[in-house]
Amino acid sequence: MVQKTLAGKNVEVNDEGYMTTPSEWSRDIATALATEIGITLTDKHWEVLEYLRKSFNEGVALSLRKVGNSGIVDIKGLYSLFPGGPLKKSALIAGIPKPASCV
Amino acid sequence: MTDKPESIKKVSIICASGDIESVYATLIMSNGAVMEGMEANIFFTFWGINAVKKRSMNKIKTAVIGNPAMPIPSILGLIPGLSWLASKAMMWRMNQLDIPPVDEFLEMIQAGGGRVFVCKAAVDMFMVKKEQLWEGVEDIITVGTFYELAAGGQIIFT
Repeated sequence: MVQKTLAGKNVEVNDEGYMTTPSEWSRDIATALATEIGITLTDKHWEVLEYLRKSFNEGVALSLRKVGNSGIVDIKGLYSLFPGGPLKKSALIAGIPKPASCV
Repeated sequence: MTDKPESIKKVSIICASGDIESVYATLIMSNGAVMEGMEANIFFTFWGINAVKKRSMNKIKTAVIGNPAMPIPSILGLIPGLSWLASKAMMWRMNQLDIPPVDEFLEMIQAGGGRVFVCKAAVDMFMVKKEQLWEGVEDIITVGTFYELAAGGQIIFT
C-alpha cells in the first residue's frame, strides 16, 4: 500500500494504483486518476464510472460483457473511452478494485 | 530493484481444433490480449475453421470419447447425444460466467481491435466457400501471410 495525494486528498492505493478504500473516492479524485493515465473524462465516461461503482457496491462481478450489455455503451465504445484497458482503466478511475475477470 | 521484463505487445493465436477447449482457449486469450491493450490476431486452421463457419460456430462440442479429463468412462460416450449434453452443460456454465457464445465472443474481440483470419489450406482442404464463413473473418490467408502478421509478437498454438 502507498499513500498518494490526489486532488489535494491523501488516499491509499495498491501497487497497481487501485484505490484500496472505495469510499474515499470522489469526482475530483476520479478526474485526477484519469488525468494521470491520459484520459479526459466526458459525460459518457461518468456514466460508465457510475455504473461500475453501482455494480461494485451491489457485489456484481464485473466483466467486459456486462458493461457492454449495460445499455450505457457498447464494447467498441468502451474501448474508445478507455483505450488499451476498457475494464482495467475504467475500474482504476472508478476507484474500485481491478476486476478479477478473464472476460 | 530488478528490471521488469518488457511487456507483450502482440499475440497471434493459432486455433487448429474445433472442440470447445481449443476454441475457447483461443477466444479467451485473444480477448484478454485486447483487453490488456495488446494487438491480437487469430488464425483458424484445420478443424478450428468450424469456429468461424456460420453453420457450426455456435454448435462446437467437447469430446466425451478419448478425452481423459472427462469425468465419465469413455464407453458411455457411445450413448447418443452425450457429447451434445456435455457441451450444452459447459456452454451453460460459461454463459453464467459471462463467457459468451462464439459469434458474440469474436465480435467482442473485434470491438477491441482483434483480427480474425482463416487458413487458406484449411479452406481448400475442407472446400469451404467464403460465404459460409462468419462475416467478421477479415481474410483467408496463407501461412506466409500469417507469419508476416505475427512479426514482432508472440505466437500461441492452442
